Amino acid sequence: MIVVWIVLALVVVLALVLVLAARNRRRSRVATTPPPRAAMPEVLVTEVAPRPEIDDGPGLDRRLASSRSIFDRVRSITSVGTLTKEQLDVVEEVLLRSDVGVSTTTALLDELRANGAPEGVASAIRQTLVSSFGADRSVRTSADEGRVPVWLFVGVNGVGKTTTIGKLAWHETQAGRTVVLAAGDTFRAAAADQLQLWADRTGADIVRAGEGADPGSVIHDALGRAQARHADLVLADTAGRRANSTNLLDELAKIRRVADRGPGQVVETFMVLDATTGQNALSQAREFLTAAQVTGIVLTKLDGTARGGIVVAIERELGIPVKFVGVGERAKDLLAFEPTEFVDSLLSA
Amino acid sequence: MFDSLSGRLERLGASLRSRGRLSDADLDEALAEVRSALLEADVELSVVRAFLEAVAERVRGENVAQSLTPGQHVIKAVHEQLVEVLGGSALKVTYASRPPTVVLLAGLQGAGKTTTAAKLAAWFKAQGRQPYLVGTDLQRPAAVEQLRVLGGQIGVDVYSEATDPVAVARTGVAEAMRLGRDVVIIDTAGRLAIDEALMAEVRAISAATAPHYTFLVIDAVTGQDAVHTARSFHESLELSGIVVTKLDYDARGGAVLSARGVVGRPVVFASTGEKIADFDLFHPDRMASRILGMGDILSLIEQAERSMDPEAMAESAQRMMTGAFTLDDFMAQLNQIRKMGSLGGLMRLMPGMTKEMREAAKNVDDGQLNKIEAIIHSMTRHERRDPGIIDGSRRSRIAKGSGSSVSAVNQLLKQFDQMKKMMKQMGGGAMPQMPGPMGKMAQMAARGAAARGDSLPPGFEALASGMRSGAASPAPSGGAKGKKKKGGRVTPPKQR
Repeated sequence: MIVVWIVLALVVVLALVLVLAARNRRRSRVATTPPPRAAMPEVLVTEVAPRPEIDDGPGLDRRLASSRSIFDRVRSITSVGTLTKEQLDVVEEVLLRSDVGVSTTTALLDELRANGAPEGVASAIRQTLVSSFGADRSVRTSADEGRVPVWLFVGVNGVGKTTTIGKLAWHETQAGRTVVLAAGDTFRAAAADQLQLWADRTGADIVRAGEGADPGSVIHDALGRAQARHADLVLADTAGRRANSTNLLDELAKIRRVADRGPGQVVETFMVLDATTGQNALSQAREFLTAAQVTGIVLTKLDGTARGGIVVAIERELGIPVKFVGVGERAKDLLAFEPTEFVDSLLSA
Repeated sequence: MFDSLSGRLERLGASLRSRGRLSDADLDEALAEVRSALLEADVELSVVRAFLEAVAERVRGENVAQSLTPGQHVIKAVHEQLVEVLGGSALKVTYASRPPTVVLLAGLQGAGKTTTAAKLAAWFKAQGRQPYLVGTDLQRPAAVEQLRVLGGQIGVDVYSEATDPVAVARTGVAEAMRLGRDVVIIDTAGRLAIDEALMAEVRAISAATAPHYTFLVIDAVTGQDAVHTARSFHESLELSGIVVTKLDYDARGGAVLSARGVVGRPVVFASTGEKIADFDLFHPDRMASRILGMGDILSLIEQAERSMDPEAMAESAQRMMTGAFTLDDFMAQLNQIRKMGSLGGLMRLMPGMTKEMREAAKNVDDGQLNKIEAIIHSMTRHERRDPGIIDGSRRSRIAKGSGSSVSAVNQLLKQFDQMKKMMKQMGGGAMPQMPGPMGKMAQMAARGAAARGDSLPPGFEALASGMRSGAASPAPSGGAKGKKKKGGRVTPPKQR
């Protein structure tokens, strides 16, 4: 109940401050009448421009080709055996610039120092990095007999959860599965509309409720529908939430419990992670792992200039495997994660 | 934000203070610490290098005759440099002589542009302007829908149509002019800086609408890429400033330093929570003192004044001082505070918070407030007015009624009682002998309030008083007053 204390303290301090402020200086009175509320604008249906089909989108390959200067420097270190300080510095810079993080970089450098580079520096680095990705990255699509498999998607705001669900819905329906989408993000304005459009595109079924509805009940209803229609998979969206609030995490844990009950069985909990994220991603992963038992990472927006190197730290420290990567806007731009390819792109920084 | 950086500097300070002369080796060691603190805070590598060089220069260039320990030199230099990088030229939002003032928002996907557009509109509205929102994000499914819903919540009209983004932007501005709106905020689709086609599109939007302000919206938890993004957008669009979002994520916020350092444009607005009200001008000087863990009482006051009914607040404050404060008053104030924004966000602004309190504050939110509310609502009117009559059986009834435990009720009553006594003290004399951090907070708050508006730079009063009361303070200041130079830059206090 430290909360009581905090609230009381806040009240006291604010009151005190206001009194003093009033005493100390003439106050310009701020009009306190609330602004007249405009009526809710008429809701439009959908406004989606035709998606630009860029055949050769800025993908991993293009980026690999575009800027490989530092990696070239790494490659140009042809010496075999022990690494010099200068060589290690170059490697350090590459890793730091990829958001791998200070402590993981230090650990990787220690490994390099210990093992030397019997087959050349570039390959030693590649091997060390690839060996960081040792976890099992298979994706479960089946549940126990008589239960509906659920994939639950969690993450902070703006990482691309809803888009990822849309893309995976496309993949799964293409693979011949019947999919039910649960619009569990009842917080963000129009999040359900966004998912609805993906449902329309992919032919997946969708269960949604109004803004502010209980996400657990949306998912519960989706499970019911999935069971009634003998669907193969439920993809459950959740609202983006910061990972440093116990209450938001508790809420997430509750959502997971609901999804894992009755007919439902959560077979995968994906944490969606934006590749531009820096060191905060590690604490995000730690918190979501505890609250929702994350089983895999979906690394999005890898088609930009960001490397997403923090997943190296996440897999090394927490053992959460990356399972999918997003490299573009189109549905087919969501790919299974390939450690070697990823490491190559990381080193192209 | 910057929690770990401040902690690092604290530890660094402790080890350096204990030494005598600062040798080159010591300096290197200190800078290495600063370097990894900055890198862990996601400050971009080249920005880190520039920062360290500047710090080293400051340390070496310093007049050694000053009665400073060598360690303090480093910390002071780090602080000064921080203020300089974060601060520098601030951008004052002015309005076009021929309205509407056009504001263009751009950024990567998921940075928070649409939400920022709405928050910005609400901000302009609070300034007495008549904003108009234009949604040109025809890319992301339901993005316009999202903007319309948010627009409805804040009572700002939204324009968009399913044509093409450039046409929407142009028509939107014309429409705003026709309707006599004086600020137009254009939301754009998220785009990657390396996506030539989409960058050309946003340039076309910019050319068609000639925005007075072009803001890059950037996520505070962005890693090394922040620099890349900021630079590319700046080259394409000639940014006038940066809006940083999600500052409540406990990001150490290195992205702020990176982006600021690379494009040389100020951070103008910062968003610190999910609520519309969790948004304000970014104050570099205040942020600098927040970095050093000194709280930010000025932002708190401003937020209070904006969303509270000042008369009601002053009235109940008077009642506090005279000891007539009841649980009803407390509830009323609680509701006022809730209007100000998320409690966690407010708590971060409080000065004098210990680490434990900060941790606890992170988790304060509506759920727990509801529990307190439930307890109080489970009391009779009589009990709320005079908690003294609440005996054992009443306690257990209240606990049952509110779905909590007797010990929770006890705790609430006990703390309320303590608080009431303190408030009475305050009313009676000057600064009371409040125990522990409470007293510290109140002192700082008082100084902060007193310092507002006059010549003392914000934060530095709090800094100074923090030095007096907190021995473990990481601040580089020796306790004297800061002085303000021409041009608004702040030099930290002289050391002694």
